[in-house]
Amino acid sequence: MDVRPRANPAARLPPTAQCPHRGPPGRVAPVIEVNELTKRYGSKTAVDHLSFTVRPGQVTGFLGPNGAGKTTTLRMVLGLDAPTGGTATVSGVPFRTHPRGLRHVGALLDATQVHGGRSAFAHLSALARSNGIPPRRVTEVLEEVGLAEAVTRRIGGFSLGMKQRLGIATALLGDPPVLMFDEPINGMDPDGVLWARRFFRRLAAEGRTVFLSSHLMSEMENTADRLVVIGRGRLLAAESVRDFAARGTRLAVVVGTPQAAELTAVLTAAGASVEPEGSAGAERLAVTGLPADRIGALAHENRIALNELTTRTASLEQAFMELTADSVEYQAGHPR
Amino acid sequence: MTTLTAVPPTGAAAPAAEPPARFPDLFAAEWIKMRSLRSTPWALAFTTLFVIGSAAVAALSDYHNQPHYSALGQRPHLFALGDAFPPAGYLTLMLVAGSIGAITAVSEYSSGLIRTTTVAVPARGSVVLAKAGVLAAVWTLLGTVIAAASFALSQTVLDGWHVSFPITHPHALQALAASALLAPACALVGLGLGVLIRHSAATVVTTAFTLLMLPPIFSSGSRWSADIRHAMVQSAWGRLIQDWDPSPGDGFFSPTVTGSWVTYVAWPLVAVVLALVVVRRRDV
Repeated sequence: MDVRPRANPAARLPPTAQCPHRGPPGRVAPVIEVNELTKRYGSKTAVDHLSFTVRPGQVTGFLGPNGAGKTTTLRMVLGLDAPTGGTATVSGVPFRTHPRGLRHVGALLDATQVHGGRSAFAHLSALARSNGIPPRRVTEVLEEVGLAEAVTRRIGGFSLGMKQRLGIATALLGDPPVLMFDEPINGMDPDGVLWARRFFRRLAAEGRTVFLSSHLMSEMENTADRLVVIGRGRLLAAESVRDFAARGTRLAVVVGTPQAAELTAVLTAAGASVEPEGSAGAERLAVTGLPADRIGALAHENRIALNELTTRTASLEQAFMELTADSVEYQAGHPR
Repeated sequence: MTTLTAVPPTGAAAPAAEPPARFPDLFAAEWIKMRSLRSTPWALAFTTLFVIGSAAVAALSDYHNQPHYSALGQRPHLFALGDAFPPAGYLTLMLVAGSIGAITAVSEYSSGLIRTTTVAVPARGSVVLAKAGVLAAVWTLLGTVIAAASFALSQTVLDGWHVSFPITHPHALQALAASALLAPACALVGLGLGVLIRHSAATVVTTAFTLLMLPPIFSSGSRWSADIRHAMVQSAWGRLIQDWDPSPGDGFFSPTVTGSWVTYVAWPLVAVVLALVVVRRRDV
């Protein structure tokens, strides 16, 4: 059965164009489907019966410590490496079955994997030509990622951040519905990071499937809607960022209020656990089990004044650390 | 902003309407890759001048020595083809063509570009075929120019003593064809080895060793070792540029003309076919 979406001429517009049929997140069919995927190298298992799905219209973060098997998984999804077992499909078919790939999936695997002797323009022109993509598209994507000034410069002279932008431009060449980026923010300056985050969000808002790997939780906080977390090749979590932040952490939201006792009662009744912290006179409550917006709403409904409502950003990082603590592959000071 | 109606709510952005996969596009892409490297035109220009120059030098040296040769040595044509296609130039041509063929494949593996290439074109065999096509086209064109120029230049020099070789002679055409096709054959062998080995230095050394060092290791004194030697591109080329037929019974075995042409076709063919088989099976 052909489950690929119907070809649509409107999708040929530049990537700024709104993809027309953005479905409500979470209720649409998954685009990337990984099922019992396994990769062994000799006695070492890099990816171990991994199953997850990635849906369109969202940014999905792919997290795990170094050596967790993220890149190996991406390679198998892209048909570069053959799995030892299991399957990986994109839009219902193994990616490798496409004779040409750029219109189906755009991928950035390792930005340094380019030939330093070519100009950005020549590099992209060759790739575009191989897929029958018109040459003007090369200029478009280079402008899109902010490399218009560096078109004729040799890639060898690019900084890592510029190479990342070139890699993103490569992924955009075919205006694909699915985008996969492996550690795309590495080496970018703060401006670049901000740009990349907004850009990934925009690609998802256009209805595309955006799958983004990182070993840093902090990169995902403001970018991803959902997370797939792996450690030592195994799935640890696949859920929304909010759910992930709420798990495994004792300090989720800090609330400052002059009516601490009343608020504690309200929040406890709503299912949260509340612990007082701070000093007398400046009392604060550490709330777990409820997100900040819910706490704010409850306080409002009960006419309780708040003077601080902070989601502890460390909690996401902390959840990640706690979850992956047992599965960190390379740990300093712990010979294995 | 474009307003769109009557779009099925599949939820996934649809891929752009895809034109059919065309092999000429891959060929053009590989050609862009080759010509966009600054080293390519330089390497090709230097090699061309060097090989043609070596033929001119060989002819000039025989031209100057002609009065001192014995009556036997002064016979027309004796060294005319050897001067047109001197080993100094043509073994260098083998080395350069083989190495560039190898680098065409290996540079993608050593830089990691092969992954980007393979995501863009999951049909890996087609990429290898496109690379082979570009190499064969470029080197056949260049090889023809080089062989024609070295023949013309050397024979013009030797004309001074009326010892040049007529182009209309069947042996001249055979030598010309063999010399023109030497470079593409070596380039394709290099490409095949590059895909098989994938490591830069190892590939270039193996290519040079296979094309240039291996044949002299086997003597033509005994049947078995002569058979191996004659199955090499270098020996085949040497036989095809001879304007005389070796006399049987001199204690040495000589390759046949037919066998030499078979060798010429077999090496690049086997190398590319092996590459096609391996590239489909291995992880990138």
